[in-house]
Amino acid sequence: MSDAPPGRQRPTDVYFFATCVVDQFFPGAGLDAITLLERQGIRVHFPEEQTCCGQPAYTSGFPDEARKVAAHQLTLFPNDWPVVVPSGSCAGMMKHHYPTLFAGDPARLVLAEELSGRIYELTQFLVEVLNFKPQDAGSACTVVLHTSCSARREMGVYLTGRKLLDDLAQVNVAQQDHESECCGFGGTFSVKQPEISGAMVEDKVAALKATGAERVVSADCGCLMNILGHAAWKDRQEGRAIPSLPGEHIATFLLRRTTKESAR
Amino acid sequence: MNAPQTLNFMPSEGFRARSKAVVENPFLRKSFRGAMDFLTAKRAAQFPDVEELESLRTLGERIRQYNLAKLPELLERLEINLTRNGIKVHWAETPDEANAIILGICKAHAAKLMVKGKSMVSEEIELNHAAEAAGIGALESDMGEYIVQLAGEKPSHIIMPAIHKTKEEIARLFAEKVPGVAYTDNVDELIQIGRQVLREKFREADIGLSGVNFAIAETGTLCLVENEGNGRMSTTVPPVHIAVTGIEKIVEKLEHVPPLYSLLTRSATGQNISTYFNMISGPRKPVEKDGPTEVHLVLLDNGRTQAYADDQLRKTLQCIRCGACMNHCPVYARIGGHAYGTTYPGPIGKIVSPHMLGLEATATLPTASSLCGACGEVCPVKIPIPDLLMRLREESFSAPRANPAMRGQGAGYNATISAIWRAWAAVYRSPRLYRLATWLGSRFNGLTPSRQGGWTSVRVPLKPAPKRLRDLVKERQ
Repeated sequence: MSDAPPGRQRPTDVYFFATCVVDQFFPGAGLDAITLLERQGIRVHFPEEQTCCGQPAYTSGFPDEARKVAAHQLTLFPNDWPVVVPSGSCAGMMKHHYPTLFAGDPARLVLAEELSGRIYELTQFLVEVLNFKPQDAGSACTVVLHTSCSARREMGVYLTGRKLLDDLAQVNVAQQDHESECCGFGGTFSVKQPEISGAMVEDKVAALKATGAERVVSADCGCLMNILGHAAWKDRQEGRAIPSLPGEHIATFLLRRTTKESAR
Repeated sequence: MNAPQTLNFMPSEGFRARSKAVVENPFLRKSFRGAMDFLTAKRAAQFPDVEELESLRTLGERIRQYNLAKLPELLERLEINLTRNGIKVHWAETPDEANAIILGICKAHAAKLMVKGKSMVSEEIELNHAAEAAGIGALESDMGEYIVQLAGEKPSHIIMPAIHKTKEEIARLFAEKVPGVAYTDNVDELIQIGRQVLREKFREADIGLSGVNFAIAETGTLCLVENEGNGRMSTTVPPVHIAVTGIEKIVEKLEHVPPLYSLLTRSATGQNISTYFNMISGPRKPVEKDGPTEVHLVLLDNGRTQAYADDQLRKTLQCIRCGACMNHCPVYARIGGHAYGTTYPGPIGKIVSPHMLGLEATATLPTASSLCGACGEVCPVKIPIPDLLMRLREESFSAPRANPAMRGQGAGYNATISAIWRAWAAVYRSPRLYRLATWLGSRFNGLTPSRQGGWTSVRVPLKPAPKRLRDLVKERQ
């Protein structure tokens, strides 16, 4: 097990904020993230009352509705433990937008600002706080990493996912064209502007496939829903039974790679 | 000369159809992508040092915010100092007023031909159209603007107006529209053809029109950034020079210009510095041999004071019109500039056009963004474009209210959509209702509809997992 970087105390307990997308659509990724944290000797607390960070309403232009939902999440993390979020996008909402959202509500603003200081995106927490160096137990493979725009630009953590993959001795990380470009998800954007969003995800999937990687991994399930959803649609259109671009959350990939074959 | 195509005054209408048409055209898709890749690479090469870039962006932001904070006072000082230098200052609240002022000056000089340096504000007010209607020729002298004018189109980019055209299209256009020109797709030859045509027109013109990049209040100076020399020709050869600009282009001090200028050229075209930088501080003096005998400045509002009045929306006015946001925008790269239907396309167009045209006409534009943040990341003056897009969505979708911050507030209001969001909030703020709703979603996931609006046009349907994470967490305890 690794030690915390100097100057930062290694926590014994964390809260896990799963996000609504992981809770309902990618529960396996959430469980794998929890297991990954527990294997580092961390007690993971899953507040049963958690729902959603409020981002869908916030980015759609309904801040009052977002505020109501966010206000509920503010009550879930009474101890001063870090809050680990397996999504750069939802982490960005809680870290950067909660203080803006509650600017006019002094009591909640205090809570929001305090919470903001202990929000971590999963890969950021693994690398920056736990100094986690995964030991590769798998065979050689090539993957491609998609980093969400929020992780990259809002959380500034695009290097941590990459570092975790680079630490895996048998894993080759392919480089896609236009790596930093958005996959076209954007929440309600994908439904309101399906043509533009569709063109963006089409190009993204083509760029990921062009690397020849056998799978795509990402630390954001919103992007994965979009990317894998389009790849599967294209497979259907073109009559392929085997997925041309399988993919999974980076937590699932990391857990599998660091689990010995015999233990699986 | 072609009658210029007029602006679409309801850019929201047909936006989806226009963007769809481009998205479904593989040739255009490839050509826009190539052009944007070229521009982003040139900018990146100008900013190898991330720390220098960040400190320069912060400086740019501070200079623009400082000057906007003092805007009313600076405008007064600008007028005083320009007047002292012999430049006549005019104020226009609307595009019509601006056109009336410019055409009034033209008429006073019995002008037949106006030659124009590049000016997006003149596009904003549709000056060419108004001049044509008044019987005054208006000829674009910037090569890109000249090309789109020959084609009867509008610029598709604020810095590179003809970026949507290939050299072959331009070659055909020249062969067809310029008398005595044989087809050539040699770019140097095409440029020479354009230059020869324009050189004659500079001599003939009665009026030279230009934009302004920076208006310096303390010295009464108009600065013009350009690469082709046509800006200098337009502002020095004809006997009368009219400059037109938005009221936000002001800086207090000369020393504010170099950082903004450096940010502008490096962000826009990836140049260290532009080929020409003109500083215009008055008409020809009695002892001087050349230069215009009259210089005018038309300062246009056109919705800018509305943006100014709100602390957050005011940031829109920080813009120095470099176009980096469009070059880096994945939406612009897919649909090009014309699809927006506004003078200013791309991310900056989405946040500035609603002030000019009202939200009724532009409510769709702010929704055409995945909020990826690429625009805000490259903006040389740190305009928080994604935050402003979210604000505009809120202004548009909220129920109409008294004393709104924006013209057209509530234009996108839809009682059903609002009720859906209220219901969403009621469920997601209540752990009990959330658990029930997600339990139903997972329990009956077989009933998930196979058609899910725009989502399933290019994706398989979203289907809840049979068990939620909270169920899995409970099971292992």
